[in-house]
Amino acid sequence: MKNTALKGSSKNSIANRQVVSSTLMALASKNKDIVVLTSDSRGSASLVPFAEALPEQLIEVGIAEQNLVGVAAGLAASGKKPFVASPACFLSMRSIEQIKVDIAYSKTNVKLIGISGGVSYGALGMSHHSLQDLAVTRAIPNLHVMMPADRFETKRMIAALVDYDTPVYVRIGRNPVADAYVNDQYEFEIGKAVTMRDGRDITMVAAGETVRVALDAAEILEAENIRCRVINMHTIKPLDEQAVIKAAEETGRIITIEEHSIYGGLGSAVAEVIAQHCPIPVQLLGIPDEPAITGNSKEVFRHYGLHAENTANVAKKMISL
Amino acid sequence: MEKITFLKRKAVEIRKSLIEMIYEAGTGHTGSSLSNTDILTALYYSVMKVDPRNPAWEERDRYIQSKGHAVESYWAVLADKGFFPKEELKTFSSFNSRLIGHPNNKVPGVEMNTGALGHGLSISVGMALAAKLDNKAYRVFTLMGDGELAEGSVWEAAMAASQYQLDNLIGIIDRNRLQITGNTCDVMNNEPLDKKWESFGWDVVEVNGHDFAELTEALNVTTANGKPTMVIANTIKGKGISLAENVAGWHHHVPSKEEYDLAMKELSEQLEVLS
Repeated sequence: MKNTALKGSSKNSIANRQVVSSTLMALASKNKDIVVLTSDSRGSASLVPFAEALPEQLIEVGIAEQNLVGVAAGLAASGKKPFVASPACFLSMRSIEQIKVDIAYSKTNVKLIGISGGVSYGALGMSHHSLQDLAVTRAIPNLHVMMPADRFETKRMIAALVDYDTPVYVRIGRNPVADAYVNDQYEFEIGKAVTMRDGRDITMVAAGETVRVALDAAEILEAENIRCRVINMHTIKPLDEQAVIKAAEETGRIITIEEHSIYGGLGSAVAEVIAQHCPIPVQLLGIPDEPAITGNSKEVFRHYGLHAENTANVAKKMISL
Repeated sequence: MEKITFLKRKAVEIRKSLIEMIYEAGTGHTGSSLSNTDILTALYYSVMKVDPRNPAWEERDRYIQSKGHAVESYWAVLADKGFFPKEELKTFSSFNSRLIGHPNNKVPGVEMNTGALGHGLSISVGMALAAKLDNKAYRVFTLMGDGELAEGSVWEAAMAASQYQLDNLIGIIDRNRLQITGNTCDVMNNEPLDKKWESFGWDVVEVNGHDFAELTEALNVTTANGKPTMVIANTIKGKGISLAENVAGWHHHVPSKEEYDLAMKELSEQLEVLS
């Protein structure tokens, strides 16, 4: 497979939310059925240019997340292709019953974009953190769950979702993230994990912003002759189980790294597969079961060991056992 | 047959059908279904444009039953209209039946799954908004219970309907003044109900929810004044069966054999009077 990972750090200044907006704007200008709904969140979702260019296709519901999702379901049931953009913390909690009943159960084709997810709003406290969203959405039948690694994947994912006839929850962060890919020219398929680096000694499975962390950790390990496989699990549900099983069989150890509670997210999803199909040692890195410490994303990541040095150290310990 | 008499007879037949379903299944929301039977009869036999042979007809009027639990009258109406075979009503609430205890959109004629209260009006706002965006003439009807109005999401949707000038949206409140615990005004007072909706920017019409002349006139809204309409239908929980009328306990009471016999006898007598 073509190695698609970018080596070293980049100086990207474009946030994923800006990419969501520009990608949707390009698609919506050619397809009037694409509508975007916001809950007084057009600014935080970078949707102001969209609203100015396509005012009829931007539906504002005010600070009312339950109504936001219900209205989107009604639009979808009437032939529209609604994308809902609202802070992940509110979208995945305040409107979860509407997501469960009006979207997942009724099978309305709504795409839910949780913006400023994880600890993006770090200093604002637990009310604004969304570290349980994957656990909650993953447990709802008919609902798929995704998290793009960087701006390139965000573009590919949003474009793919327009014609994807299943309700989806997508979580993205607030700030620009370092590129994981060289560019957007790579094989992207919903439900199919991307092996960003191959390796036989250990595997790291990551999603969203932690993909870059895993790639950096793999580079540290490479310098010590440890070959680490990095799997970008952009689709958390349905999980690419084959990629997990193959990694377990071929590398014998797995570390998961996620910006989410260690309960119910990516690590849990991977561990469920491992435990049932190919038991091997698994280590879950994520946010422990506590109200997360406050600070900017980088500080919070560092506090919980979600950085390349710690991840590489965890890998070395696992290998030495 | 005169239209009103036809509707009255139809409603009694629907009541007989729903009582039979609930009695046979041993479960159901008896009082709630009897309460909204006349509203559903008015909608499906006089007001709404629907085609049972083509349930997905694009121009159809949409009906969302936000008070999903009162589903037995809905199943009886859809079967009678021909959306699915009447024979299937016998499967109500049985193992793996699609006729479950709340509206289920696997059943032809049902737009959306409901059952969690306070969701229907938001969905209807989305549907009415889609009609406006696409310049379609269909209308959207939403039935809510008066107890349901304690859900905050109802009022989020009420604001949005007004903001988007959805005069193609008609809400109906089945105002029987009772909910599972007792009197709605004691559980959580919603008065003054008409003024609340008016202040949210809606046109409000208050009718006797068991009077077909009043109901059909109020529901046939054709004004294009940019305002959604709320029809407050004053109803009697358990309507049509004297044992059940205005008794909160009949919300989901299943009739005993004796009660069933009495109810069916009473309904048969009502039919005779109308023949």
